[in-house]
Amino acid sequence: MSAAAPRFGTAQVLFGLAVGILVIFVAVPVLLIFFNAFWVNGAFNVADVLKVLRQKDTYEALLNSLVLASGVTVTGTIVGTFFAWLVTRTDLPFKGAMKVLFLVPFMLPSFIGALAWKMLLSPRSGYINRFFQEVLGFDGPVFDIYTYGGIIGVETMYLFPFVFIQVCGALERMDPTLEESARISGADLFTITRRITIPLVLPSILSGALLIMLYSMAHFGTVAVLGIEAGIYNIPTLIYEKIHQSAGSFDSIRTGTVLATVLVVTAAFILWLQNRVLSRGRYQIIAGKSFRPTELKLRGLRYPLLAFCLAYIAFTIVLPTVTIFLVGGLKTYGLPLAAENFTWGNYRHILFEWQLTRDAIWNSITLGLAAALITMFAGVIISYVIVKMKVRGKGILEFLGMLPFSVPGSVIALGVILAWSGKFGVNLYNTVWIILVAYIARYMAFSLKANSAALEQVHDSLVEAARASGATMWQALRDVVVPLVRPGMLAAFFLIFLPALRELTVSVLLYGPTSRTIGVAIYTLNEDGETVYSAALAGIALVIIVTGEVVIKRFFKTASGS
Amino acid sequence: MAGVRIEGLAKAYGDHRVHTGLDLEVVPGQCFTLLGPSGCGKTVLMRLIAGFEAVDAGRILIGERVVADGASGVHVPPDERGIGMVFQDYAVWPHMTVFDNVAYPLRIGRVAAAELAERTRAAVEQVGLAGLEARLPSQLSGGQQQRVALARALVSRPELLLLDEPLNNLDANLREEMRFEIKALQERLGITVLYVTHDQEIALAIADRMAVMDASGRPRQSGTPAELFDRPADDFVFRFLGIANFLEVRRVDGSLRLADGRTPWAGPAPDRPGDRLAVGFRPGDVVASRGGEGLPGVVRRASFLGAQVDYLVEVAGTTIRAAVDSGRAFREGRVLAEGEDCRLAFLGVQWFDAGVLDAGAA
Amino acid sequence: MGYVTLSQVTKRFGGVTAVDRLDVEVDQGECLAMLGPSGCGKTTTLRMVAGFEDIDEGEIRVGDRVLSSKRGNYYLPPEKRNFGMVFQAFAVWPHLTVLENVAFPLRIRRLPAAEIEQRTREALTHTNLLGVAHSRPDDLSGGGKQRVALARALAIRPDVMLLDEPLSSLDPHFREEMRFEIKDLQRRFGFSILYVTHDQSEAMALSDRILVMRAGVVQQVGAPTEVYRNPANRFVFAFVGLSSFLRVRLGEGGPAVDGADLPAGLCPPLPAELSGAPQAVLATRPSEVDFVAEGGLRGVVRRRSYLGEMVDYQVEVGGQDVRVQKTRHEPGPAPGEACGLLLRAARWYAADESD
Repeated sequence: MSAAAPRFGTAQVLFGLAVGILVIFVAVPVLLIFFNAFWVNGAFNVADVLKVLRQKDTYEALLNSLVLASGVTVTGTIVGTFFAWLVTRTDLPFKGAMKVLFLVPFMLPSFIGALAWKMLLSPRSGYINRFFQEVLGFDGPVFDIYTYGGIIGVETMYLFPFVFIQVCGALERMDPTLEESARISGADLFTITRRITIPLVLPSILSGALLIMLYSMAHFGTVAVLGIEAGIYNIPTLIYEKIHQSAGSFDSIRTGTVLATVLVVTAAFILWLQNRVLSRGRYQIIAGKSFRPTELKLRGLRYPLLAFCLAYIAFTIVLPTVTIFLVGGLKTYGLPLAAENFTWGNYRHILFEWQLTRDAIWNSITLGLAAALITMFAGVIISYVIVKMKVRGKGILEFLGMLPFSVPGSVIALGVILAWSGKFGVNLYNTVWIILVAYIARYMAFSLKANSAALEQVHDSLVEAARASGATMWQALRDVVVPLVRPGMLAAFFLIFLPALRELTVSVLLYGPTSRTIGVAIYTLNEDGETVYSAALAGIALVIIVTGEVVIKRFFKTASGS
Repeated sequence: MAGVRIEGLAKAYGDHRVHTGLDLEVVPGQCFTLLGPSGCGKTVLMRLIAGFEAVDAGRILIGERVVADGASGVHVPPDERGIGMVFQDYAVWPHMTVFDNVAYPLRIGRVAAAELAERTRAAVEQVGLAGLEARLPSQLSGGQQQRVALARALVSRPELLLLDEPLNNLDANLREEMRFEIKALQERLGITVLYVTHDQEIALAIADRMAVMDASGRPRQSGTPAELFDRPADDFVFRFLGIANFLEVRRVDGSLRLADGRTPWAGPAPDRPGDRLAVGFRPGDVVASRGGEGLPGVVRRASFLGAQVDYLVEVAGTTIRAAVDSGRAFREGRVLAEGEDCRLAFLGVQWFDAGVLDAGAA
Repeated sequence: MGYVTLSQVTKRFGGVTAVDRLDVEVDQGECLAMLGPSGCGKTTTLRMVAGFEDIDEGEIRVGDRVLSSKRGNYYLPPEKRNFGMVFQAFAVWPHLTVLENVAFPLRIRRLPAAEIEQRTREALTHTNLLGVAHSRPDDLSGGGKQRVALARALAIRPDVMLLDEPLSSLDPHFREEMRFEIKDLQRRFGFSILYVTHDQSEAMALSDRILVMRAGVVQQVGAPTEVYRNPANRFVFAFVGLSSFLRVRLGEGGPAVDGADLPAGLCPPLPAELSGAPQAVLATRPSEVDFVAEGGLRGVVRRRSYLGEMVDYQVEVGGQDVRVQKTRHEPGPAPGEACGLLLRAARWYAADESD
């Protein structure tokens, strides 16, 4: 296509636009963080950075992030791999339905789960602890959720699907003859699993594990809800604490930027590692002629294992969800869960009367829509330049395009504060706009992923065939490229809109008096001891999120089915 | 109907020179195939003719019109060259029905609705897809998708049809069927076709004239399929067009002997001087029989393949392939067994300089 | 007495009978090719022999060992059957080296280290893989990977080899080479082969006998020349080589083709079961039709294609097409020219609805 069309101007404009968007929204905030961390009083300074890192609360937070993330990674990987194996390689009953159920935690916000577990297992007032004490006659609380174990457990429930989904995919796509050839070689199923299957899906297991690690490292909600009480801080919660408690003093911002730098570097390292695992270790295990893989006959264990899976789902999904709705309906927190203590009043109050929560719902929905729309269009332009155009300097753009993937939410929030608080003539602090700017940076990665994938499918020859049919460059774009990329754009829209609805990590650092999001409102209500309202709002958020997910799944199913 | 003329064409990507000073002429109304190994630049040439790449030097003429000229910088964009093109990966648009795919060139050309519908239906019918107009490409087989691509390339009645290995992704039976269909269409419509491929069977079958290119993009020979097959210009062409056998023949004291220095050569006489020569022949040029006159050999392997029996015969230390018509061999009781002695006669041979014997081993 | 014996073997998937009461025996050292279009049940049959599918009826035995028996309600799992097997998609393990791949079945059998070493080496030697023993399979070409699969199957010194379209993922010129390598290995080691393929020339070149299947039912079992020259039915005729079918009316005046002369004595005698039928088809092979200037079945050459060594003619005979192939050394008529055809090895078959 190179010299064929007179598009000297167009290419440069698109390229400039793509670079501009990424620089302004992503690169500048991140650079400002590095700059603030290492540049003190007009000089490059490492000693001060080390000093900050040597402070007790900072290195403890670093250590905690590491311990928590490692713990969640190990447990999440074990749980995810086990269930993935169970639903793809055994004759477990209702495998299809079980697979869908195991993916449900993906759509539930983990901080709401943390809230629910707090209500169930907090040492003083948790319903389960109370049940053990009051009904079973234990002396003191049996469980304590405010511990490393508690946090790891709750995060595991919500993050294991990262591994589950990757391993399921690998096991389903794997050429069954790789295992059959081991069987005919004389190996039994156990040996095949150990010597052939696991080594072959190991890259997928590792890649999922690293995703868990990445996510957990940068995760705010669960640690904030369950950790602060016991003095357990990780990097994002400490950044929040510093920024919030000290009202943006220079020292606290610096500490924040140093912590953020550590987070970015770690995230980049994890992503680099994941890339390596995927590119070096991904074997060609997919093949054409396909038979059903040999299933392990569970025999007597079939129904016990099904019961185990159902119990796991009941315990990790149903129980916390029900708890949220019940507590949200209580007249006062702490009352027994009995019929006479329930009221619809909390829900009515939140939805129709209380300005704070109504603002929050409105803010989340409008922010989500705006961020999704803007990011979708920006993403399609950037992806087009990266995937399809042959322009000089594309390497820079590819690098910039990778950046959003490795910048955690709290880092973006901090960078956005540095960039948009009046320092450069624009002050968006305490408005919804600063959250929007941060969302665009945060969700750019999703949009780039979905749009690039769609564009990769549009082979050059499809465009060339249009040119050979007499279409100009623009006609070919309009008639061939745009229609084919539309599903990818839609996917990008929903991939952004739904998570934005329940976002907490970014908005909690950026909200002002009138710019609370749903996540912030739930979190702050809980902090302020308004547990019942917090739960009721969480319940409403769950309804909105699940409805959204279901509607979209339906939509995509009918769209792809026709 | 337009021919194609290429004069002194050059194209390079960085340091990699694909074409340097290429000349080629396609006669109007003929099917011209360009045969060459992968990486010989034949696809680049196709893209230069279509206008997807710009020439560095030289001219391309479609009919009388200069569509690309390195010297004056003329570069007519692909949509104004009046060509039809079929790609190796079909490139049918997955979001359009068969009808919409085929009608697209007419829509772009603002053909009136009634005429558009009529011509589209005619084109769809021409490639044997009548009744499938409302299908999406995903509901078609590979062969049917390729037919859609063909109909789309033909619907606007192009002066020139470019086909870039269009049958590569089809299975053997379909490939055979499609090559006859393409040829029949070309003859019926009388259009000029330029067809690039690395498959010598297809190239020979559909070409009126053809050219063989070597790996560096140099045309080695052009002519009719029969000319190239019967009188190859060099051993590259000879090898590229089919299974090639070579035997070394030496002149010893005025008589012709094989490499062992003893066995006398018993085929047609050489057409060139030299003490060391190579004689080349195809499996079908050999008549293998039990006893009688001819070059003595031993059958090392006999494979019954259906219509043919394929022999591997050892002759003076060299193994050669011979193929015989199985029906006739059975009727005449000439089926040879492994280990059996035989005599070889030759229906036709090509003479080369002995250097080609080493080239083959490299 | 066959070595591998399948008797009345039946397999159903849901309501579909994939293999219907199949009986076949394979001798020691014999190569049996199972040939048929995709979905004909040939692969299912092989997988039943391997033990990846259970059988719904019948019995499979090797020597006096029962592998699967419906009546005996017995089923030996694949890992205990001691077969070598090669799959279409290679199925070599990418995380192991070539050597580890080949040694795997021996390690599973817990053979002594020295013997593993010696047998692995032997298998690698016979497949020309010694030089790449420490490479990863992904660094090898398709042909290389398939050699690894062969070596791995050879390592256990099986007396039966199961080959499931082992050459169809390879480039055409590799395919021919590997075909002969498999044949050579069989000669050297003397194992029996069950070979599944849809490529008739592969089946003919490689096997001692061919079993042609269609829709789960065996159509014919016989030597390659037998199957090619005396096909049991029209399906087999069409499947094992190029063919043309000519509709012929059977009236009182003898066989006749609409719009063309069919001189008496040109076709073989009509078989008894077709006498009385209103029409039949005459099957011919392009290579078994000769041109004659005078007489013969009269037609006009519609197309003449130069295929290199062969010239392919399409001759129109009373509105029907007959294909003829001659070598380039044989003279033939030009397009548009009238000609006569002599049918060398034509066969009669009953006409069906499609005629």
